Amino acid sequence: MAQVTLTNVKKVYPGGVEAVKGVSFDIPDGGFCVLVGPSGCGKSTLLRMVAGLETISAGEVSIGNRVVNQIEPADRDIAMVFQNYALYPHFSVYDNMAYGLRNLGTPKDEIDRRVKEAARILAIEPLLERRPKQLSGGQRQRVAMGRAIVRKPQVFLFDEPLSNLDAKLRVQMRVEIKKLQRALGVTSIYVTHDQVEAMTLSDKLVVMNGGQVEQIGLPSEVYKKPASRFVATFIGSPPMNILPGTIDGPGIVALGDAILEARDLRADLAAGARVEVGLRPEDIEIASEGEAGSLPFDIEFIEELGATQLFHGQLAGLPFIMQAATDTISAQPGRLWISVDPDRVHVFDPATGQRLGL
Amino acid sequence: MVEDRRLGDAIAYVILSIGVLIVAFPVWLTFVASTWDNPTIINGQLPLWPGPHFFDNYYRILFVGTSGTTREPVAGMMLNSFIMAMAIAVGKIFISVLSAYAIVYYRFPFRMAAFWIIFLTLMLPVEVRIFPTFKVVSDLRMLDTYQGLAVPLIASATGTLLFRQFFMTIPDELLEASKIDGAGPFKFFKDTVIPLSMTTIAALFVIQFIYGWNQYLWPLLVTTRDSMQTIVIGIKKMIVTSDALTEWQLAMATAMLAMLPPVLVVIAMQRLFVKGLVETEK
Ligand SMILES: Nc1ncnc2c1ncn2[C@@H]1O[C@H](COP(=O)(O)OP(=O)(O)OP(=O)(O)O)[C@@H](O)[C@H]1O
Ligand SMILES: [Mg+2]
Repeated sequence: MAQVTLTNVKKVYPGGVEAVKGVSFDIPDGGFCVLVGPSGCGKSTLLRMVAGLETISAGEVSIGNRVVNQIEPADRDIAMVFQNYALYPHFSVYDNMAYGLRNLGTPKDEIDRRVKEAARILAIEPLLERRPKQLSGGQRQRVAMGRAIVRKPQVFLFDEPLSNLDAKLRVQMRVEIKKLQRALGVTSIYVTHDQVEAMTLSDKLVVMNGGQVEQIGLPSEVYKKPASRFVATFIGSPPMNILPGTIDGPGIVALGDAILEARDLRADLAAGARVEVGLRPEDIEIASEGEAGSLPFDIEFIEELGATQLFHGQLAGLPFIMQAATDTISAQPGRLWISVDPDRVHVFDPATGQRLGL
Repeated sequence: MVEDRRLGDAIAYVILSIGVLIVAFPVWLTFVASTWDNPTIINGQLPLWPGPHFFDNYYRILFVGTSGTTREPVAGMMLNSFIMAMAIAVGKIFISVLSAYAIVYYRFPFRMAAFWIIFLTLMLPVEVRIFPTFKVVSDLRMLDTYQGLAVPLIASATGTLLFRQFFMTIPDELLEASKIDGAGPFKFFKDTVIPLSMTTIAALFVIQFIYGWNQYLWPLLVTTRDSMQTIVIGIKKMIVTSDALTEWQLAMATAMLAMLPPVLVVIAMQRLFVKGLVETEK
């Protein structure tokens, strides 16, 4: 077990692409850190530097108080689960799991014990003699996990391990990965661009954009207090509505004619300053016309998602989405007056995109 | 519709059968000729079915030899041909697997230059560089040796290119997984690359074995002693310009024997091919 520390880690690929531009954070022993971000933001690159599959251009990576910059992947005491599983096609499931241990010179009976144990945990005992191509996607995924856990590494690294599975299996495997990680207590770094995975798995969420860290925190913190407009629109589905507004006074923003209270708003802002106001579709409440802080929402069409409904329309001439539990509102296309809890109004600087919070 | 398909099938079979007959008939004729005696053949009255001299002819040609031009028994020639073909096939696979591995997986100075130099040899088969090659081989005193027969034919790029193309299709993640599993370059080669290449190796083996077995020009140049002669040269020497001196039944038997090992190699390797086609592992 070990803590992982990244200090100002940079990666410049030959050819000059600066994929990671100085990232620092640490993961406590046994922590589950998820790296999330849009495609091309450098998540995989960062993970691969921890794994030792890419050289580190600058900065320092240490695992359990040992700087590993110059250490071979095999000697870093890590295990990695790849997106396409990367199982050895010519080995049986058993040999796939045993291979790493054999290379370490582990005694045969110890290998056997560990492989059988991993197979039992992952419920793949009947598959041990099969070749990878005789397995379903979900079973391959389990074997890839098995190959990681037999090593008893200090750190698990996952690069989008579930993205090749269908939606249902993904949910199931997600839960299993979380349980397994809890049970084994192994420090883990998990790369994904699926924000549901990111929210549910992590106890430390790192949101990346363009090779830089946008925000680090507990998933609930990141959701409740996104540090920037980027994080606000990236985490949460459907994405947060962003509307242009102005400062109307301490803790008050104006959206067109309507006045909204925003509790988490810096007090030192000049009245009249332009800002961006973020409202999550799921935070919208029904209000009545003329009520303080109510906004007119023109509904154009409604999407039924089963448990919830999505109302698409316009607010102050801009596209706007609201989400509500089915049957709470019998809204028809037309005008609806809405309001938002002052605790859930997010305000961002339009120039930098940074949160203007307390 | 069903009738139409049957008719189509029938036509296809007829055409196929005609094709097979055209290819197979000369082979059959060769076999038939190898089972009669010489007068029957020379008189131009060769029947279309096998004659009574199968065992005499084959025994004589294998272990005694002809009475005329080449006195060596064919068994010895077959051994020579076999050693040469094997050396070429195995040597070429060995060298090309290693060189392709280096080119695909290692970053070394002048890597692309090395690749292009290897590539250039494609344009220089033995026939083109025959004089300098002969000079080198004779200066190295390799005339009339197996090394002299095989080594110059091993040096060519086809195998390297083939393996390079194949290695580039092996996913990078397998290499990375191996690195994490603690397999160094040699282990990765032995445990992953070679097993995955087995079907490609089998294909190249078949092609190179037949290529080596059928060599004519090069063995003709570098062998002078009868004991080093290959079977293809043996056949040529048995067929003398004056018809009367040619022991046709023996020449035909030799031709049959010359066909045999390539056929056996194809049959033996066919199972690997089919396996490779059915289970594309990767
Ligand atoms: N080998 C390489 N050489 C040059 N540039 C690279 C290389 N690998 C990745 N990049 C670049 O580095 C940046 C980050 O790539 P990376 O693979 O880390 O993205 P990612 O966040 O994992 O994206 P995805 O979610 O699509 O997997 C990209 O702009 C990519 O084009
Ligand atoms: Mg990636």
